Amino acid sequence: MAIRRGRGVAAINYPTGMNLGGDPSQALVHSTPTGNFMVTLSSVDLGQGLKQVMAQICAETIGVKTEQVIIDTADTDTGPHCMGTFASRGTHRIGNAVIQAAQEARQVMLEVAAEALEVNASDLDTDGEGNIHVKGAPQKSISIFDTALMAHFKLGRSISGRGMFLVPRSYPEVETGAMKPSTCYAHACTVADVDVDDETGEVTVVSVKNVFEIGRALNPKMVEQQLVGGSWMVISHALYETTEPYYPARDHGGSDFNEYLMPGPGDLAETEIVVLERPAADGPYGAKGPGEMCANPQIPALANAIFDAVGVRIDMMPITPERILRALKEQRSA
Amino acid sequence: MAKVPVQFTLNGEEKAEFVDSGATLLKVVRDKLGDTSPKSGCNQGTCGACSVLVDGELRLSCLTLAETCEGAHIVTTGGLAKDGVLHPLQRAFMDEFAAQCGFCTPGMIMAAKALLDRTPDPSRDEVVEALSGNICRCTGYEPIIRAVLTAARANSQNAA
Repeated sequence: MAIRRGRGVAAINYPTGMNLGGDPSQALVHSTPTGNFMVTLSSVDLGQGLKQVMAQICAETIGVKTEQVIIDTADTDTGPHCMGTFASRGTHRIGNAVIQAAQEARQVMLEVAAEALEVNASDLDTDGEGNIHVKGAPQKSISIFDTALMAHFKLGRSISGRGMFLVPRSYPEVETGAMKPSTCYAHACTVADVDVDDETGEVTVVSVKNVFEIGRALNPKMVEQQLVGGSWMVISHALYETTEPYYPARDHGGSDFNEYLMPGPGDLAETEIVVLERPAADGPYGAKGPGEMCANPQIPALANAIFDAVGVRIDMMPITPERILRALKEQRSA
Repeated sequence: MAKVPVQFTLNGEEKAEFVDSGATLLKVVRDKLGDTSPKSGCNQGTCGACSVLVDGELRLSCLTLAETCEGAHIVTTGGLAKDGVLHPLQRAFMDEFAAQCGFCTPGMIMAAKALLDRTPDPSRDEVVEALSGNICRCTGYEPIIRAVLTAARANSQNAA
């Protein structure tokens, strides 16, 4: 009886969004009279930071500071249609809709500025600081604040735009089953090291080293946060979380979350995250979906590491000490 | 049921309320006094989201009867910012991206404050120990541990 060290590796491809009815999301953008921009969505921010990233995307497209963009996700009854924030689709699908809406709004904004500056709208550019100027002649400029006032009070125009993301649904070919379930894929790989006590069946995760390829990280700190949190959560899924801890029959199981095993801050494995950025051709500024994928490759990597350590394959989650001991017993009697 | 009078201070302000006998401090602070910073998570004392300081001690307000707080000084995360300036712990949680959905954050901050009030320069192990009664689902704890250590360093630099 001993503690045995094992190492496991796993790699995944992860589709961004899904193949259901075109996976649509829509966005509306309009300016306030003072040149701030409202993005109206019915996409919900679950805490993953959707509002922040959508504000960045809108600001980048229109050419204003992120602080000048307000994201309204107030009401799924009244907002533009969105399939929802799931399937790692938020940044990619809704981001593409926001870009389209912001481009239309930007075009109107430049047309209004062109009236004020008596030039052609195609000769205008933004400085990202809240001003519009003639290309090559930065002294000939107007603030976006004044542009919005002019649109609202003199020209009677609405600086606004409509955006939509929709891909044709892909049906499988009858003969081969071939289809295109997603338009872009993220990738990840994990190397996990574990110690397995072959007397008690207990697994200690020594380290998880992850590399994620997620297109462009639009907000690198928030991406890191998502990946670190996800990596921890999935160790929990792989080894701990079940409503029936260690017992074969349901009536021995926990009756509420007090008896639901979840690791705390004292149970952290050494975690390493490396982000690779390979911008996606159809992603908003190259982004793919890092959402759910952050909690995928660690599970097979841990199962492989346990196999490497003690030679048993556990194909049921969570990989509890009981399941490992039963498998070891079967292995010995074989 | 007869109401019970209770007086205490909440974040330095005197409060007097008639509460139901058996009402928890959490319920009174949230529903009667309108400070919703302590969160109602499990209501069984296992998640830590309702943590507050009662006379400087970390307490689970969901398991504390309001009527036992007569004359006490109660501090919640809602009272930490002064004149619009964030408390160093709040600042550090922001800078270190130590919140995602944010539901555990007020409890985490109170647990961290209780630690830093008695141990201004804690080791990583002491931080982990102090946070071990609080559950977070999003962050994987690492950013929270970092934030508490960052706040401790900021405090010691201000004191120096």
